[in-house]
Amino acid sequence: MDFVKRFSKNYGAVVGAIILGLIVLMAIAAPVLFPVDPWRTVAMPLLRPFEDAQYPLGTDMLGRDIAAGIAHGAKVSLLIGTVSTLVAVLIGVSVGAVAGFYGGIIDDLLMRFTEFFQIIPAFAMAVVLVAIFSPSITSITLAIAVVSWPGVARLVRAEFLSLREREFVQAAVVVGQSVPRIIMTQILPNAMSPIIVTASLMVATAILTESALSFLGLGDRNVMSWGFMIGAARTMLREAWWMSFFPGFAILLAVLAINLIGEGINDVMNPHLRGRKQ
Amino acid sequence: MTTDQRHMSEPPLLSVRNLSIRLPEGFDREYAIEDITYDLDPGEILCVVGESGSGKSMTANAIMGLLPELLKPVRGSIEYRGRDLLTLPEEEKRELRGRDIAMVFQEPLSALNPLMTVGEQIDEVLLVHGETDSGVRLKRVLELLDFVGLPEPATIRNSYPFRLSGGQRQRVVIAMALALEPSILIADEPTTALDVTTQAQILDLIKRIQRIKGMGVIFVTHDFGVVADIADRVIVMEKGLVVEQGTAEQVLNQPRHPYTQRLIAAVPHGAAAGGSGAAVHEQAPLLELRDLNKTYRTGGGLFSKPRVVPAVQHVSLTLHRGQTLGVVGESGSGKSTLGRIIIKLLQSDSGQILYHGQDIAPLSQAAFRPMRKRIQMIFQDPFASLNPRHTVGRILTDGPVANGVARPEARQRAEELLALVGLDASAYGRYPHEFSGGQRQRIGIARALMLDPDLLIADESVSALDVSVQEQVLRLLKEIQERLQLGMIFITHDLRVAAQICDDIIVMRRGEVVESGPAARIFDAPQHEYTQRLIAAIPGKDWNPRQVIESLQEEPSDVAHASPASRTLRWGTADPAA
Repeated sequence: MDFVKRFSKNYGAVVGAIILGLIVLMAIAAPVLFPVDPWRTVAMPLLRPFEDAQYPLGTDMLGRDIAAGIAHGAKVSLLIGTVSTLVAVLIGVSVGAVAGFYGGIIDDLLMRFTEFFQIIPAFAMAVVLVAIFSPSITSITLAIAVVSWPGVARLVRAEFLSLREREFVQAAVVVGQSVPRIIMTQILPNAMSPIIVTASLMVATAILTESALSFLGLGDRNVMSWGFMIGAARTMLREAWWMSFFPGFAILLAVLAINLIGEGINDVMNPHLRGRKQ
Repeated sequence: MTTDQRHMSEPPLLSVRNLSIRLPEGFDREYAIEDITYDLDPGEILCVVGESGSGKSMTANAIMGLLPELLKPVRGSIEYRGRDLLTLPEEEKRELRGRDIAMVFQEPLSALNPLMTVGEQIDEVLLVHGETDSGVRLKRVLELLDFVGLPEPATIRNSYPFRLSGGQRQRVVIAMALALEPSILIADEPTTALDVTTQAQILDLIKRIQRIKGMGVIFVTHDFGVVADIADRVIVMEKGLVVEQGTAEQVLNQPRHPYTQRLIAAVPHGAAAGGSGAAVHEQAPLLELRDLNKTYRTGGGLFSKPRVVPAVQHVSLTLHRGQTLGVVGESGSGKSTLGRIIIKLLQSDSGQILYHGQDIAPLSQAAFRPMRKRIQMIFQDPFASLNPRHTVGRILTDGPVANGVARPEARQRAEELLALVGLDASAYGRYPHEFSGGQRQRIGIARALMLDPDLLIADESVSALDVSVQEQVLRLLKEIQERLQLGMIFITHDLRVAAQICDDIIVMRRGEVVESGPAARIFDAPQHEYTQRLIAAIPGKDWNPRQVIESLQEEPSDVAHASPASRTLRWGTADPAA
């Protein structure tokens, strides 16, 4: 309750939450708002936006409704963005926390393992993974998660390395707290700020990576996504700006909203900032 | 003191008149400093004394034009040779800085550029102020390094700051300040970050150059011992106001203002607390160290040799219940390492740690964890030792909960202990950043007591605190220790504090115990040459604050002792500068 109250005092975060809420609503309501399959040709090709009231955002070169594409694509983009980030953060925090807390040989082993993932260009690896497991939402999500956790792991490790030397952590050792408890309740909350900021940026990157995969033809062919729409628009950039503009704008809004929310959560969780904005 | 006669003959070098600097809204008071008026005469050392948050550094910063953007002088003037420094354009002020007024900062390492040799840094000062001939500059650099007492100026000129010791760095900073023969030197806590023996050398140096160059020195400090050593005149500040000023003789020996009297009463006096009773020693010892060793090895890859630092060497000691053992030494003496080994935050290399007769040295962390609650620690830095994301209640109850006590039960205990350490019960739901340093240290003490330990290790537990707060915390520790009959290991760099609270003292240097014995004996008749040097370096040894306070108490009109301790013990009124 307290959390909600303090969160609602942060205007940026509230605006972000509203935007994200609308996008989520749109994704849920897409089958009702646009009952026709977004892949189907419904009108004249290359209809300009606002020309035909039935297709307010125009159509692409095959006569597919852009508005329908954006509404249906929201589901895929958000799903892939958030789920892959959650998985990546989970792996990254676990690896980084253990490496940073214990140090020594455990740290060495885990970091060499992390580097093994880091030395392969992330996108190339995602392409290979998706190609191997055949494109589907699950494989794309996992591929993105697998290529993006090493950054989180490194970040968390660095935070843990410095935090575990702090006196309050030593004090927790001295009063007899167990190691998992110290990691979870003493160190992790203090390392949350950079994790949240990175995570909100990772959602954005994940959405873009999915776009890039779709662009290469490795998207899930059964579902519409924003990335696919931008990819398809590439050849028509000069003739039909709206084909790339609207999905691009949708990505921008989603990413912005998630960043605002991330920042808001970060502020709310930091007791130092409490009361300052009132 | 010839201050009064000098007043007649010469105009003051610098005069601060009615200076007020406003604080931004939301602070506990309206002005950082209010209506400050003082003069600095040529050839005198003026000490500005106060506790943290008193605004003592503020005028110094105003003189140098180093005030942060948010703080603006709203009234008054700072006159230097007929010019008001506050209204001077930035360009002229820059010309004055260094040439006429120079400053020495507290932390010599951060005041020096780590990527430039010390010679280059002094050279730069000369170059910036218009000395273009590099031959002249080189000569001057060597002169200056020699003047501040650095050995082999020609070699040290090419050293980087990290190669030098703290005292040597501070000498370099002073050399930079002196480069252009300023007429005013401002020193802001220049010895606070240094060991006591180094501090004594730097104080001597400042006194010497002040005498030779006839400069006016403004010396900002919190330490009355330092004041007693070097001041000609003293200004005492409290909460942004000058509460007392006068010659060193007057302020130190006949303090008039209650605040000054309180500060002087709080100065650790080094008089021993009285030895431990012989009866105590007849019991079985609580803790016994036998030939404890610890060596740090750092670096050392495949191709390089590791750096080896012996931190603790062949240390043996015995501690009984109800006894306080002081571990004294300068930085790098291994005293903190020793504390951390006893509490098993660090693993010893060899030797025994017998706690109630059981050797805990070889125990694994997991095996030792159930015993942890009996051995507790009070940490040094009250700002770093409390988790900023937890409430005080959570911080206090975490320990008992980890040891299987239910949260509500732990809460009850926490509230009792908050009362014991002099904090209000409402502290339970607050966060650490809402408290001042002294209050946080009380929270740290309460946390250590939550688990009913019988052995308490206090690692520099009062070093980060102002003297008046330090005195209260010391008293609190002593009271608790006596009431609960704990064994306490009190680690400190300050012999005065150690002598005041400890029954016995061991003196460490480079990992070795050089002397041990009852506090009174160590302090009054040190045997080892190193202990003698440490004691000789204590600032203000010719001045006895106790005597001052006792003589004050004899005067009938005295109000100083009415209430300071009881007032500040209450939560919410103690040290306002958070």
